[in-house]
Amino acid sequence: MMTSHHSVDRPPVSDEQRLQLAELMLRSRMLEQRIAALYRQGRIAGGVYLGYGHELSSAACAMQLEPSDVYAPLIRDMAGRLAKGETELDVLRVYLGRETGTMRGRDGNIHRGDLRLNILPMISHLGSMLAAVNGALLAKKLAGETGMVGMACVGEGGISTGAASEALNQAAIEHLPLVVIVSNNQYAYSTTNDKSFACEDLALRGPAFGLQSRSCNGNDADACLSTAQAAVAAARTGAGPQLIVVDVLRRCGHGEHDDGAYMSQELQENYPDCITASLAAWLESGLIDAEWETTQRSGIETHIQSIVEQVLAEPEPSPHTEEWTALSNPGQLYEVNL
Amino acid sequence: MAGVTAEQLAASVGTTTYLDALRQAMFDALAQWPEAFIYGQDVEDPFGGAFKATKGLSTAYPERVRNAPICEDAMAGLAVGAAIYGARPILEFQFSDFASIAFNQLVNHAATTFYRTGKPCPLVVRLPMGGTAGGGPFHCQSPEAWLTYHPGLIVVAPSSVFDAYHMLKQSIACDDPVMFCENKLLYFHEKEVSEAGKSLNESTPQLPLGKAAVVREGDACTVVAYSGMVKEVMEAAERLSTRNGILVEVIDLRCLKPLDMQTIYDSLARTGRLVMVNEAWSYGGVGAQVISQVTQHAFHLLDAPPRRVSALETPIPYHPELWRSHRPHARRIVQAIIETVQY
Ligand SMILES: Cc1ncc(C[n+]2csc(CCOP(=O)(O)OP(=O)(O)O)c2C)c(N)n1
Repeated sequence: MMTSHHSVDRPPVSDEQRLQLAELMLRSRMLEQRIAALYRQGRIAGGVYLGYGHELSSAACAMQLEPSDVYAPLIRDMAGRLAKGETELDVLRVYLGRETGTMRGRDGNIHRGDLRLNILPMISHLGSMLAAVNGALLAKKLAGETGMVGMACVGEGGISTGAASEALNQAAIEHLPLVVIVSNNQYAYSTTNDKSFACEDLALRGPAFGLQSRSCNGNDADACLSTAQAAVAAARTGAGPQLIVVDVLRRCGHGEHDDGAYMSQELQENYPDCITASLAAWLESGLIDAEWETTQRSGIETHIQSIVEQVLAEPEPSPHTEEWTALSNPGQLYEVNL
Repeated sequence: MAGVTAEQLAASVGTTTYLDALRQAMFDALAQWPEAFIYGQDVEDPFGGAFKATKGLSTAYPERVRNAPICEDAMAGLAVGAAIYGARPILEFQFSDFASIAFNQLVNHAATTFYRTGKPCPLVVRLPMGGTAGGGPFHCQSPEAWLTYHPGLIVVAPSSVFDAYHMLKQSIACDDPVMFCENKLLYFHEKEVSEAGKSLNESTPQLPLGKAAVVREGDACTVVAYSGMVKEVMEAAERLSTRNGILVEVIDLRCLKPLDMQTIYDSLARTGRLVMVNEAWSYGGVGAQVISQVTQHAFHLLDAPPRRVSALETPIPYHPELWRSHRPHARRIVQAIIETVQY
């Protein structure tokens, strides 16, 4: 649906981008498949939430970011995180609760972040991260740094929160270079779209708050790459905050504890798997050859296997050496002149 | 806006009020720390904030004093992100009651950031709290108990002009999130001639942020209070001294989280008796924490059961007569002290 609230600029997409995307999607899928297996083996504490079906759009969006850009991924953004620079080693250290991971056992799994890579660690409360990205962008603006973009991800469920609405309004008022990715994956846990929102199209929420809106099909690689590229470029060059609504299907339960039995068969038939479909198209177009996928898969598999072995041998945090303080500098409270 | 008139503002010129001290502290902080900025509803000039705490600041620092839309959740969320990225945000909430809207970002985001990431989260939230006649259920609350509950937040509540200035500057300099509870009744009522002819910004702080102060010495009973209640307790102490010959020791907690219990134990060693006064409701609050610490660690010092004076157990009434009875006042405090001393 192309309506007047959509921006339709479509910069060209290169084969190099498509190949990078193909690799990121495979790495994400295979890493998550291994994480699901580790979960079933009882090696992962807490919940496991996967991004099956989101790999294409998640990676295509985050691929547009520079290292200094701020990224606030959500629970289905493994592929985007890999695009922003997380490695299999970083991911598994957190999932396996190792002291060597960025969260040091203090938080886990999907909440992980890595401030060295400008990936903010999400809190569970949906909608909350948008304002934090606004804050990062405002801090940079006040410090006189320009050219930086922030990308915040949210679902069609999470966009209903007051927190998300407040933050969209705030970003527009402050004219911040924020790009919000709303992934409409048809389910918020078990809730279907008709009970999540009643407007015709979530892209309407953009102009309602003063953001430019775009939409794209999350199974169309060129559309996602091009749309994200346009939105990020617009934000970077001072056009203010941007919103992209991506249409995808969650191809798994909400988390690995959920068999998704409530999900509709019909929807699953309407949404081909983004990886299978795009690899088939690229095979046909000659971008990749018949061996490409096999070679990639075996390389990734070997890498993941060695990382799992490495991480399992790494130390876990110990309650005896944990510092058990929530303040960064409690001693400051007892100095007269701070 | 709770009864601030142009005449009151004009009257404050030349003397130093609690509100002047806050304004001066922010002005000096903006000059001292280029990474500090103020974000709140109506804080920009010419209005200068619902209580005029930021009057003149946006004229001096136009970029760094910013009006926010009505969005306490996003204000606090923005402050967290800005703090992670090197800024020192100072939020002004018009009334501390509205901190309930920001509760999630404060307790789940600001409070957990350092523990989870190892990255400090230096931000200050200014919370005009406490009662004013006619304020009613939604403009008079004292939210400190919600905030002290959560590890990762520092909660302070100055009771004097001097502390309002120095504790706000110390809070802004602090590397961890500080919930800065101000008392609206003190904004205008508390005038003070500056220390030895020096202006506030020439004076030096006497205490660090985390220390309590003994603000009146005595041997009959220790009375612990903070924020607006210090004034009420000092009145009660004066009355007891002149009418009953009872000399109480008054401690101003100043910092509600973490608590400076040692100052209280030292006082109890002299008095053996404790009355805890807070303007907030009693259930699970700061007073409950003080007394649980005292009974656990200083039981041997007690000659009488500790007693509490708190707000009555209803929402805060609107009518000034009901409100005056709802909050702890000098007469109730005097009664509690006499009963404790006579136990
Ligand atoms: C504020 C809030 N309420 C409830 C939850 C529990 N919860 C976690 S994920 C989820 C569904 C999210 O759906 P959506 O935003 O569409 O993202 P998706 O899981 O589909 O990617 C819910 C309800 C939460 N994390 N935060």
